Amino acid sequence: MVDERFATLSDLDLDLERITASRVADRPVKMRMQSKRNRTAALVLLFAWVLGCGGGSGGSATGPAPGGPADPPPGASPNTPPDLLADAPPVSPGPAAMRRLTEAQYRASVADVLGEDVEIGGRFEPDSRRDGLLAVGTSFVSVTPAGFEQYDAIARSVAEQALAPERRAALVACPPASVAAADDACASDFVRRYGRRLLRRSLADDEIARGVAVARETATALGDFYAGLEMALATLLLSPEFLFRVENSEPDPDHAGRQRFTSTAMASRLSYLLWNTAPDEDLLAAGERGDLVDDALLAAELDRLLDSPRLEDGVRVFFSDLYGFDQIRQGLVRKDATLFPAYSQALIEDAEEQTLRVVAEHLVTEDEDYRGLFTTRRSFMSRALGVVYRVPVVSGTGFEPYEFPAGSDRAGVLTHLSLLALYSHPGRSSPTLRGKFVREVLLCQDVPPPPGNIDFSMFDDPASGTRRTARDRLQAHNDNPACAGCHGLMDPIGLGLEKMDSMGASRETENGAAIDPSGQLNGVAFEDAIGLGEAMAADELVGPCFVRSFLRFAVGREVADGEGELLDYVNQRLGESGYRMRELIRLIVMSDAFRSTSGPRLAVEGEEAS
Amino acid sequence: MSRTIDRRTFLRGVAGGAAISVGLPLLDCFLNDSGTALAQGGPLPVRFGTWFWGCGMNPQRWIPTTVGPDYDLPPELASLADVKQYVNVLSGMNTILDGRPNYPHQTGIMTNITGTVPGADGEVSGTSLDVLISRAIGGGTRFRSIEMAATGRPTQTYSFESAGVANPSAVSPLDLYSRIFGAGFADPNDRDFMPDPRLVLRQSALSAIRDDAARLERRLGSHDRQRLDQYFTSLRQLEQQLELSLSGPPPLDACVRPPEPKGEDLGTDLPQTAKTHQMMTELLVFALLCDQTRVFNMLFSWSLSELRNPGADISHHQLTHDEGVDEELGYQPNATFFALASMEAWAGFVTRLASEPEGAGTLLDNCLVMAHSDSSFAKSHDVNLIPFMTAGSAGGRIRSGIHVAAPGDPTTRVGLTMQQVMGLPVSEFGTRSMLTSQPISEILT
Repeated sequence: MVDERFATLSDLDLDLERITASRVADRPVKMRMQSKRNRTAALVLLFAWVLGCGGGSGGSATGPAPGGPADPPPGASPNTPPDLLADAPPVSPGPAAMRRLTEAQYRASVADVLGEDVEIGGRFEPDSRRDGLLAVGTSFVSVTPAGFEQYDAIARSVAEQALAPERRAALVACPPASVAAADDACASDFVRRYGRRLLRRSLADDEIARGVAVARETATALGDFYAGLEMALATLLLSPEFLFRVENSEPDPDHAGRQRFTSTAMASRLSYLLWNTAPDEDLLAAGERGDLVDDALLAAELDRLLDSPRLEDGVRVFFSDLYGFDQIRQGLVRKDATLFPAYSQALIEDAEEQTLRVVAEHLVTEDEDYRGLFTTRRSFMSRALGVVYRVPVVSGTGFEPYEFPAGSDRAGVLTHLSLLALYSHPGRSSPTLRGKFVREVLLCQDVPPPPGNIDFSMFDDPASGTRRTARDRLQAHNDNPACAGCHGLMDPIGLGLEKMDSMGASRETENGAAIDPSGQLNGVAFEDAIGLGEAMAADELVGPCFVRSFLRFAVGREVADGEGELLDYVNQRLGESGYRMRELIRLIVMSDAFRSTSGPRLAVEGEEAS
Repeated sequence: MSRTIDRRTFLRGVAGGAAISVGLPLLDCFLNDSGTALAQGGPLPVRFGTWFWGCGMNPQRWIPTTVGPDYDLPPELASLADVKQYVNVLSGMNTILDGRPNYPHQTGIMTNITGTVPGADGEVSGTSLDVLISRAIGGGTRFRSIEMAATGRPTQTYSFESAGVANPSAVSPLDLYSRIFGAGFADPNDRDFMPDPRLVLRQSALSAIRDDAARLERRLGSHDRQRLDQYFTSLRQLEQQLELSLSGPPPLDACVRPPEPKGEDLGTDLPQTAKTHQMMTELLVFALLCDQTRVFNMLFSWSLSELRNPGADISHHQLTHDEGVDEELGYQPNATFFALASMEAWAGFVTRLASEPEGAGTLLDNCLVMAHSDSSFAKSHDVNLIPFMTAGSAGGRIRSGIHVAAPGDPTTRVGLTMQQVMGLPVSEFGTRSMLTSQPISEILT
């Protein structure tokens, strides 16, 4: 699947520079907002932006910036009240679809169920980004022939390791009657237990019988009991109900005409959202007991998950998805070796880890306001990162806490190597890509796609060789009113980060010319990257975009029309309490957007999967 | 069957660039008298492939001025000098938009492979040509098709099972080697072939999944049922692989297992991409000789070509837009450098297939490869005059070494021709103004 965010990246950087006024008028900036209150705000902005796109000077359309991060709410409840959403508006939720496990979820599920030391080699079929999130893509992808081969090879390798002589005793509770023959009773126990954990539900008797038959056939043919279990285990790992999260719904007895997810389905939904792995025994048991369709019991189970250190896994995955860090792990963020000799895969992986550590500490450990991520000077350093950030690092290996001093040119995640390098070209930085990331991912605003049929020959710029900084080069386009408008949505944000190059290292000049890092965000002017972070923390779209993104991540689909008022409600509450991650999770998980569905997603013509 | 003949052949390039030689004389005793079929009676397989490069070319420097056989080679086709007798150039054809937008670097390629102009940005407009062909001819081999990208990015692919399902590209020569020649590979010339008893057991286990999943299907909505159908299509492909492995491969005298590639790196700077492409081509040659697949897709650079010279801060695609047209030269020298490099890689690909003996001729004789790009003049995203070439004679089904000019015709004529040559019972291809029933008869035998 072509990864949409990155598919258009390199083109956009050029094409938007030359967008024509007439085309932009046809394709106004879309605001992804639905409630009446927000629509008004959206219209104000939209108006300003269309003006901007038409070549006008834009101007400040946003209202006064609200204050900085709020103080912790006094008396914030450490527990989830069962009636948390008692005064929430009604929700008409969206459709449900099965979700293919991401590579990370596959790995974590296998590690949890079969053992941390089971190695998973091989290349997974790529996850697919849709509407900006891999989590949404999981509701649309299937398994290609090449992908199935990979799953098969991985399943056999995992099964072989899990049942290797030194590990069998830990996994198989019953001693078989003979290691050289089938033993249906012992195999049945094995299939029942691991089938339940891997498929995240109890198996029916005939399903167990089929698993036992697979084990028996192999054990008999090869004269090896454990070879039989191995085959049965590999078969479970290839089952569509392992590879996909199939979450069933049922009529809601409390609301006629409403479909809710079954309690068992809720166990998987909770576990993959909060811990990014299969439900543990307690959660699965609660699901199968029917607890998770009860407000009070769900709240109690939610609190257990929120209190676990594993919450960090779920939060890290959310941010990794949002930020596009999968590109880093796949080795796709590359820099020119001549221009950036200090750059390496190990460095960029350290940079990813740095950002995720900052996110986890800020949101999970410290329970701080999300908006503070754009200004926090607290960070972590590894030896390799210290070289590029030019700060001393004591530890020879691993990470140590580090705080950028006041007056440093760095604060907030936008000044992290990870995002700076990811949203750049291999050879040069890109204010446009960086600005687009902020607009689309952090402010939830659509930037118009590059229009077709542009004749670039008319933009031949004889002076291009003499324009030394990115600002100079973009200025060439900004002199053309046809280009200026829409680039005005992105470049003034990204120019604030220009003192950090394609790999994120600090610089004062580009091609010998001094860099001016001033810019503007939604009408708020800033002097440099620090100012950009402050403007972000104060921007009224940042918090609501966080909420919207998390809802989409949680439900694996776009926000439904009937969920707009819920988002307003959540924003109102978080606006008062300070956009804290746990509180956001509570509000979303306890809501009908997460717990119920309009029914199975219907196929769209032209999207048939076979 | 008895195999006592010593084998010697030349394998080049795979093992970290070092030359390695392995013996392989033509085993005529296994062929019929004319050398077109195996002695057992099966004809040599005919394969279909695509070869894609991004960001097109300069029409005035690429399209031959003469038509028919022995066409001239303009500057951008100069690298075909030694292989042009195997290559057809199909020029002048357009992507007819019918008022739909031209989505940059997308509309042209999507229409080339699906026959339909996409109606939205990012839309895949249907099943791609290679998949249509693989569904018809890919059933008898271990892999219904093999997708490769020399760019290091598995998401870069132009092979689509459907609008929603893309076949990812292999990007690592080492992974590709393991997939084809690793544990599951049964050497067709191993006379001591003994099927692994586990294969039968695995087949049986797969059918157990099928039994369980039938119940699942009933619980799903239409969206998920389609996805589960695709899952089963993929499962069937694995069953088929096992079936073929069980029965033992037919003897293929030209088949040898190539050495494992070593020391690979990935990237989009030109020397790296060229090397990855060469290594993958080498593996492909042996995958085809061993009849592991009959359909393949090779992506040299994608439509937003990221090819780059080491140390340069700007890529091929960026250059096509940023660089001005040199007034004296009449083209963009730096962007054109990469168009030339792409044609050199294509010529290298053709040369490699043409140099590999198979039957009475060469491997290329039994292939049909369609080379194409997303645009002609990339600076203006021009989807008219899209460049197409074919290489090989598809087991004698087409003529080669011909330039066909079809000015103004829809590009779907190429796709239709490819399907018909590969034996698909289709009489038309494409939609709206791209619908055609006219194959390129000048190259048909």
